[in-house]
Amino acid sequence: MLEIKDLHAGVDGNEIIKGISLSIKKGEIHAVMGPNGSGKSTLAKILSGHPSYQATSGEILFDGKNLLEMEAEERSLAGIFMGFQYPVEVPGVNNAEFLRMAHNARRVKAGEEEIDPLDFDELLSEKMKTLGMENKYKERNLNDGFSGGEKKKNEILQMAILEPKLSILDETDSGLDIDALRVVSEGVNKLRNENNALILITHYQRLLDYIKPDFVHVLSNGKIVKSGGKGLALELESQGYDWVTTAN
Amino acid sequence: MSDEQNSVSDILEDNTYKYGFTTDVESETFAKGLDEDVIRAISKKKNEPQFMLDFRLKAFEKWKTMKAPEWPNVHYPPIDFQNISYYSAPKQKKVLNSLDEVDPEVMRTFEKLGIPLDEQKKLANVAVDAVFDSVSVATTHKKKLMEVGIIFCSFSEALQEYPELIEEYLGTVVPVGDNYYAALNSAVFTDGSFVYIPPDTISPMEISTYFRINTEETGQFERTLIICAENSYVSYLEGCTAPQFDTNQLHAAVVELITLENAEIKYSTVQNWYAGDKETGKGGIYNFVTKRGKCQGDNSKISWTQVETGSAITWKYPSCLLLGDNTTGEFYSVALTNGHMQADTGTKMIHIGKNTRSSIISKGISADYSSNSYRGQVKVGKNATNARNYSQCDSMLVGDKCSAHTFPYIETANSSVQVEHEAATSKISEEQLFYFESRGISRENAIEAVISGFCKEVFKQLPMEFAVEAQKLLTLKLEDSVG
Repeated sequence: MLEIKDLHAGVDGNEIIKGISLSIKKGEIHAVMGPNGSGKSTLAKILSGHPSYQATSGEILFDGKNLLEMEAEERSLAGIFMGFQYPVEVPGVNNAEFLRMAHNARRVKAGEEEIDPLDFDELLSEKMKTLGMENKYKERNLNDGFSGGEKKKNEILQMAILEPKLSILDETDSGLDIDALRVVSEGVNKLRNENNALILITHYQRLLDYIKPDFVHVLSNGKIVKSGGKGLALELESQGYDWVTTAN
Repeated sequence: MSDEQNSVSDILEDNTYKYGFTTDVESETFAKGLDEDVIRAISKKKNEPQFMLDFRLKAFEKWKTMKAPEWPNVHYPPIDFQNISYYSAPKQKKVLNSLDEVDPEVMRTFEKLGIPLDEQKKLANVAVDAVFDSVSVATTHKKKLMEVGIIFCSFSEALQEYPELIEEYLGTVVPVGDNYYAALNSAVFTDGSFVYIPPDTISPMEISTYFRINTEETGQFERTLIICAENSYVSYLEGCTAPQFDTNQLHAAVVELITLENAEIKYSTVQNWYAGDKETGKGGIYNFVTKRGKCQGDNSKISWTQVETGSAITWKYPSCLLLGDNTTGEFYSVALTNGHMQADTGTKMIHIGKNTRSSIISKGISADYSSNSYRGQVKVGKNATNARNYSQCDSMLVGDKCSAHTFPYIETANSSVQVEHEAATSKISEEQLFYFESRGISRENAIEAVISGFCKEVFKQLPMEFAVEAQKLLTLKLEDSVG
């Protein structure tokens, strides 16, 4: 599904990612771990098409298409979802209406008719029930005044509505208390199936207690220095990042 | 209805200024310059009653002693009033018996603007008075309105047919010497619209005037007078465009509204005059307008809604004189400036009667190099017991080279008064737009959502189809400015 080949990338001419290759198949969960400044978030930004980040060489193929040539909007419509570390607040725009716009953009792309607010409300209520989310997520404005945990839950709600093929969750666990972490993780687990894939970008292993990865990659100084199974995360937890970064 | 709606979206689908064309019609234009003879000539040309000429001459005398206001937060070279022509009219046969006799070029101009005037295509639920340069060229739905006793016609026609109404009300809200541009208008205005709603009448349709400046060196000085008698209601809409010239054109209008007991006037404006070149700031309209409503009768209400998206310079403060007891004044405004535009706009709410209420919602959006100022005055007289005012002034900045200013003035001479003022500034950011885009939502739809969210409280005051138009207009104007 996703093929990253010798990717070099950065921001404002500073190279942060220095040659990453990664292959992800449908149904898989990959965890990308690493210390601060290792390039984890830059990888997420590059995958989502953030305009401030540029790939300098290498290739990313998504379902065989050259991802680096696609705008953020096209990437989303092609089935990529980015769960932001710091979702932006948009006062004045109702959350439910925002979700409907996003949902309708997909329908239009698929040549279907746009869904009206009433029918969408039904769909939204159903998704929210599955995720155990309260009604306030419909009524409030997009992330406006949301707590850190509420913002992350709202990201998962968007993921549920958009049904992406590949989701990249950037530090979704940061700033969450244990209850919020559980709700978010359970949500993510419910949205999993054999046709979609997940990249979890995280500093800590605790998220991986809730969402079990098939593969763990350790990033250091812009490169993958170690890859392994779930056990690798536990080893990191007990021995610290120095264990892999200095061994390199 | 679908035809008309198409035309609205058609004219909006391009984000360059689409109304910048000129129409080649044979017109009769006075030589440039202003003196008493020019005023006498205008009055004679229009075959006006003596009181009208006296009114003009009195205004002219006042104007000569006055100076252009220097307090607004706008900058422009002094205007040479001798370099403007004060009368320009498309040449036509003597008396028009029907719309068929209007110059087809003029009809086509309005059609191009999305305002079809001929009988087959005219807007079904809106009566339109079309003003081309200095004169009204066509008024639709007159008969239908007349059936319920509503008078809707050009100002010139009203002077011939209903001089007693004009003599009674003209200048009672905006006196001839009120301010520099109002005095000039009172001296030289050439046409405009007149509306009279008789007692106990709810207007069966929206009434509107569409202004078009065509000639390069003509000033447009129109006059609107709306009188809403006891227990009556009217919703009125005004729209404006002008061709693209490198020189500046002056638009100095005066609008007067009067409500008698229990009456209500809702006045909405979507202003899209040519704003000048986006890069150089060259050309564009100077929009110096005086709009004021007088709630004369008890329990009456006047509501101004404006969406200001054009003009090189905007200087206008639609205001309410709350004279009667229990009267209400409202001001809802969205003012967008981009390119090198300058706007100094706001309102005055003058509370005189008891239990008078006013509310002010102002939304300023500034982009590029523009400057956007809100200036509002709330004044409560000593007899205005229990008067209430609520003001909310929000600014949104797009980019970092523009500016937004708020100048609230509050004066109260009565201790039982409650006045509230709130202000906030926000930004439309690249991160917000990226968030929308990363959800598959186009940049255009994202801007539209953020802007309409910001302007929600104002847009909901506009008649439905104009709210849609206003929203699209703002989005198109901002698309190039964000990011």
